[in-house]
Amino acid sequence: MPTFTREEIMHLGNLARIALTEREIDSISGELNVIADSINKVQQVAGEDVPPTANPVPLEAYLRPDTPETPLTQEQALAGAPVKENGMFVAPRILGEE
Amino acid sequence: MAEKLMKYAEATQQYDVVFGLETHVELSTDTKLFCPAHIEFGGEPNTQLTPVSLGLPGSLPVINEKAVDYAIKLGLALHCKINEWSQFARKNYFYPDMPRDYQISQYDKPTNGEGYLDVELEDGTIFRVPIERAHIEDDAGKNTHVGGADGRIEGADHSLVDYNRAGVPLIEIVTKPIEGAGDRAPEIAGAYMRAIRDIVRALGISEARMEHGNMRADVNVSLRKSPEDPFGTRSETKNVNSFRGIEKTIQYEIRRQAARLNAGKEILQETRHWDEASQTTAGGRLKSDADDYRYFPDPDLVMLHITDEHIERMKAQMPEMPRERRNRLKAEWGFNDIEMRDVINADALDLIEQTVAAGSSAAGAKKWWLGELSREANEQGKALEELGVTPDDVAEVEKLISSGALNDKLAKQTMACVIAGEGKPEEVVKAHGFKVMSDDGALEQTVQEAMDANPDIVAKLQSGNMKPMGAIIGAVMRATKGQADAKAVTKIVMQKIKG
Amino acid sequence: MSDANSLVQLSAARMGEMLRAKEISSRELVDAHLDVIESAEPSVQAFLKISADVAREQADAFDALSDEDKAALPELAGVPIAIKDMIVTKGIETTAASRILEGWVPPYDATVIERLKAAHMPLLGKTNLDEFAQGSSTEHSAFHNTNNPWDLDRVPGGSGGGSAAAVAAFEAPLALGTDTGGSIRQPGALTGTVGVKPTYGGVSRYGAIAMASSLDQIGPVSRTVLDSALLQEVIGGNDRRDSTSIPEPVRPVAAAAREGLKGDLKGLKVGLIKELQGEGFQPGVQARFDESVALLKEMGAEVVEVSLPHLEYALGAYYIIMPSEVSSNLARYDGMRYGLRVMPPEDVPQTAANMMAYTREAGFGEEVKRRIILGTYALSAGYYDAWYGSAQKVRTLIIEDFKRAFEQVDVLVSPTSPTTAFRFGEKTEDPMSMYLNDIATIPANLAGVPAMSIPAGLSDDGLPVGFQFIAPQQRDEVMYKPAAALETALEQRWQGPIWQDMKTPWLDGLNK
Repeated sequence: MPTFTREEIMHLGNLARIALTEREIDSISGELNVIADSINKVQQVAGEDVPPTANPVPLEAYLRPDTPETPLTQEQALAGAPVKENGMFVAPRILGEE
Repeated sequence: MAEKLMKYAEATQQYDVVFGLETHVELSTDTKLFCPAHIEFGGEPNTQLTPVSLGLPGSLPVINEKAVDYAIKLGLALHCKINEWSQFARKNYFYPDMPRDYQISQYDKPTNGEGYLDVELEDGTIFRVPIERAHIEDDAGKNTHVGGADGRIEGADHSLVDYNRAGVPLIEIVTKPIEGAGDRAPEIAGAYMRAIRDIVRALGISEARMEHGNMRADVNVSLRKSPEDPFGTRSETKNVNSFRGIEKTIQYEIRRQAARLNAGKEILQETRHWDEASQTTAGGRLKSDADDYRYFPDPDLVMLHITDEHIERMKAQMPEMPRERRNRLKAEWGFNDIEMRDVINADALDLIEQTVAAGSSAAGAKKWWLGELSREANEQGKALEELGVTPDDVAEVEKLISSGALNDKLAKQTMACVIAGEGKPEEVVKAHGFKVMSDDGALEQTVQEAMDANPDIVAKLQSGNMKPMGAIIGAVMRATKGQADAKAVTKIVMQKIKG
Repeated sequence: MSDANSLVQLSAARMGEMLRAKEISSRELVDAHLDVIESAEPSVQAFLKISADVAREQADAFDALSDEDKAALPELAGVPIAIKDMIVTKGIETTAASRILEGWVPPYDATVIERLKAAHMPLLGKTNLDEFAQGSSTEHSAFHNTNNPWDLDRVPGGSGGGSAAAVAAFEAPLALGTDTGGSIRQPGALTGTVGVKPTYGGVSRYGAIAMASSLDQIGPVSRTVLDSALLQEVIGGNDRRDSTSIPEPVRPVAAAAREGLKGDLKGLKVGLIKELQGEGFQPGVQARFDESVALLKEMGAEVVEVSLPHLEYALGAYYIIMPSEVSSNLARYDGMRYGLRVMPPEDVPQTAANMMAYTREAGFGEEVKRRIILGTYALSAGYYDAWYGSAQKVRTLIIEDFKRAFEQVDVLVSPTSPTTAFRFGEKTEDPMSMYLNDIATIPANLAGVPAMSIPAGLSDDGLPVGFQFIAPQQRDEVMYKPAAALETALEQRWQGPIWQDMKTPWLDGLNK
C-alpha cells in the first residue's frame, strides 16, 4: 500500500513543476495518505479479465481533412504572453535540463 | 575532457555491437497533426497557430486524416503490422517549447507494429533491419537561445520560442535492437537511414531533408562480450541530423564504450549529443526519475480505427519502392553494379531518370550528371538539383551532340552558360553562335593553313604514321575556337594526303 | 410588462414567448437582469465578471432582427444567459477562478458560446467556481466565495456555485455549467435549481477549460426542466472540433419535457439505486426523496429497487482518474504563453524550469495542487497499473452495472447530494468529507450517462434538496420526461415554485 512520505511529495512536486512549500509538503502528505486508503479499494475488483475504459462513450476517431483554416494572428498568439520579444515568447534561461 | 577511445578494429573484435535507431520523419501535410494551422517552412514566428497548436485553455485535438494516410503508407513500405485499433497517449514533461507541456504520441498501441526493412550495402549484401514500430506523434516548437556564444544553449541568457513547428506531424520509426552487424554497424545504419529517406520521398510523405531537420535520429549503442550475453547498458545519442553524423556516432560510441569496458568502467545509461565540430559524442543527462513521462491514453482523443478498406485504398496508391525501382532502372539503362552505385551515391537517380524521359540516352545522362555537373555542384557546395540545370536542359544538350550540332567542347561551354544562368541551351547556342564547322570551304581552308604551317607533321602522315593527326586537329580547333568537328577535320586531312 | 422584479422571475421559456409576441424586448430583459445583478451581487457574489456592454449589444442586435429572422431562431433567442468562467469567451476575460489565468482574454469562443451567439442569447457575464472546477462549495475560487441565495452563510455547492446561485437569485434565467463529478447537479441541489449533465459527448467540450477530459461535460442550469431542455437543444449536437463529440444531432429533449408536463408516467419503469440512499444521507434529504418517489408512483410509474454493485468503488476510481487527467491538463499553465509568470527568489537559479515551478506554486490554490500531486503519483511509473489501470477497469465495471440496470428500468433515481447546503469552512479542512459530497453524482460521469438534478423541496433545515434522474447514454430525453412530470406534481403540491419560500431582499428595492 502506498504511503506518501515527505520525500515522495517533494519528488512529485518536482515532476509536476510546483515549488511546494514545506508546509504544503507536510499537509499534502497527510491528506493524501487518507485519500489513498479509499482509493486503494479499486484494486480489489480490477481483475485481469476486466478491460480498461479510457473514454465512456465508445467512439472511433473522426479524421479531419487536411485543409488549412485561418490561423491566429501573431498579435493574437502573443496577446497573453507574460514576456515577448521579436514576435516570440521569452523563456528564461533553459538549462540542458530537458 | 576527451574520453579514451579504443581502436575501431580492436573494439569490434573484442565486443559484439548492438545498436538501434529511432528516426523522426516530419510529414509534409498541409496542416498540423491535430489542428488546421497551415505548415510552411520559414515564415514569421508564431503565425502558424490555432488555439490548439498554441495550447490555449479549452482547445482540443482532432486527427489529420492525411497524417494517418501517410502513416499507413509508411507502415506498408516497412512491412509493418498495421493495427486495426491504435491509440494516442500523452507523454508528460515540461519544456518551454511544448505548448501543452505534454506531447501527444502513441505508446502501447501504435498505428504501425512490427516490420522490417531490407537495406542494400555497398557490396550488394542485403541486411534485414527489424522494425519494432512506427508511430505518429506531434513536434514541439523551436527555441532560439539568446545571449550565449553561437546561439548555443550553454551560457545563453534567455530563449525565444516560436511555436510554428509545434504540432507538425512526425512519424517515429523505432528499430528493434539490431544484432549481428559487427564492424559494419555504422555502414548498416547509414544505408538504413538513406533507405528510409528514399522510401519516404518515394511515398511523397516527407521532404526528408536532414539539413532542414525534417528527418533526424536518436542512435542507441551498446556492447557485450558475446552474442549470447544479455544486452549491455546503452547510450542514447539524441537528434543526430546527418547521415555521416549517424555513422560516426556509432563508430565513436563503439570505441568509447569498448575503452571504458576494457578499463573496467561501467557504461552509464545516459543521453548524449553528437558534436560535429569535435567529431565526438558528449555526455548529456543521466537517465533519471525525470524520465518518468507518465504516459496515459489521451482522453481528448478516441481510438483510431483503421479499416481494411482504408489500408486497401492506401495500397492502391503505393508507388514502386526505391530498391525495386533501382533494380528496374539498372536493367533498363544497362548499367553495371558499380555504375549504378555511383549514380545512387551521387543522388542522381531521379535526375537521370527524368533526363532519359526527356529524350537522352542513359549513358549520356549519366555522363553529364556524374561528371561535369557533379563537379560543378561540388565546387558550389550545392545539391545537384540546386544547380539550376534541369533534366530537360541536359537532354537538350545531348540531342544537340548526337545531331552533330555541337561537339563535346561546345557542349561543355553551352552547359557552363546554362549553369551561369544565361538561359536554356538553345538560347545559349544561339546567343554565342556556337556551331560546329563541318565540311564547307572555310574549314577546308583552315585545314590547309594548318597543314602548310606543319610540313614535318604532314610528311609523317604521308608516310603512314597517323599518330600526329591530333596536332593538326588541335591547330584547327584553336583557329576555329573549337567550332570544328574533329571527324570532319580528319576526313579532309586524309583526302589531302591521298590527293 | 416591464416590472423588472416580476420579469426576472419568469421562466426562460416564458421570456422567449414574450419576446416572440413583442411584449418585451431583449434589451429590456438584459437591463432587468443587469439591475438584479447590481442589487444582488454585494450579497450573493455569483459573478467574476459582468459583461454588460456585450450583453446589451447582443440584445440590441436581436431586437433589430426582422420578424422572419427571429422566427428562424430557437425559442430561447433573445433570452440572456450567464456563463461559468470555465468556458472560453472571446474578448471576455476567462480565468477558471484561478490566479494563474487572471487577466487572460481568449482569442476564440468555445463552441457552446458560438452556438449561444448564433441563437442571439446575450451573455451577462462569467460566474464564479472552485478554481479549475475543483471543489464542491466554490470556496476554492481564488477570488471570492459565492453565497447561497437561500442562506448567505452557506455555500452554493460547487464547483458551479456561481452559475447556480446566479440563476437561483434571478440574476440570470439560465446559465451554463461544467460537470466533472457533479459540478452542475450538486449546486443545483443546494440552490433549488435545475442542473443537467448531458451524455458525455452530447455537448461539445471545445472551449471548456479541461479539468478531467474524460469526465467533463458542459450542461444547462435553469429554474425549470423545460428551460434546461430548450438550452440543451441550443448547445448540443455534434462538433467536429471535439473528437469525443457524438456524431449525431442533439436529442429531442424539449419535446420530452413538454410531454412530462402532462403528468402521466404510465409505462415508465423507475429504478431506485440501492447503493445511493439511506445511510450517509441526511434524514431530511431522504424524506424529500421518498416523497418524490411516491409522487412518481402516483403518476403511474412503476418503481423498483436496482443494485449497481460496483458503485462502492466509484469514488476511489474517480479520485484516481480525475486527478490523473487534471495533472496533465493543467501542465500547460507554466508561465510561458499566457497568464501568470513568477520568477524564482534571488537565491534560486533563474531558469525556465524554476520559473515554471514558482509560477505554478504561486498561481494554483491548495486544492488544485493537491490534486495535481495525487494525479502525478497515480500516473507515475510503477504505480500506473495498480492505480490508473485499476481505475479504468472499475470504470468498465460501472458502465456494465449501468447497462444491466437499464435492462431492467428506463430511468434511475437517487438523491443528488447527501446533504443540504453546508456552512462556509465546514468541510474545507477535511478533503475526504468534501469528496463524499459527490458520491451520488460521480457514477454518471464515470459511465458517461446523462443525469440531472431538480428541486425536491426543502429539508428540515429549510434548505433545498435535489432529486437526481439518470438515463442511458445518448437517451437524455428519457430523464427529461419524468423530471418535468415530477416538477409539475411538486409545484402543484407546493402551490408554486420552490423559490417562493426564498427571501430575496435584493429584488425588493428594484422598481423604485
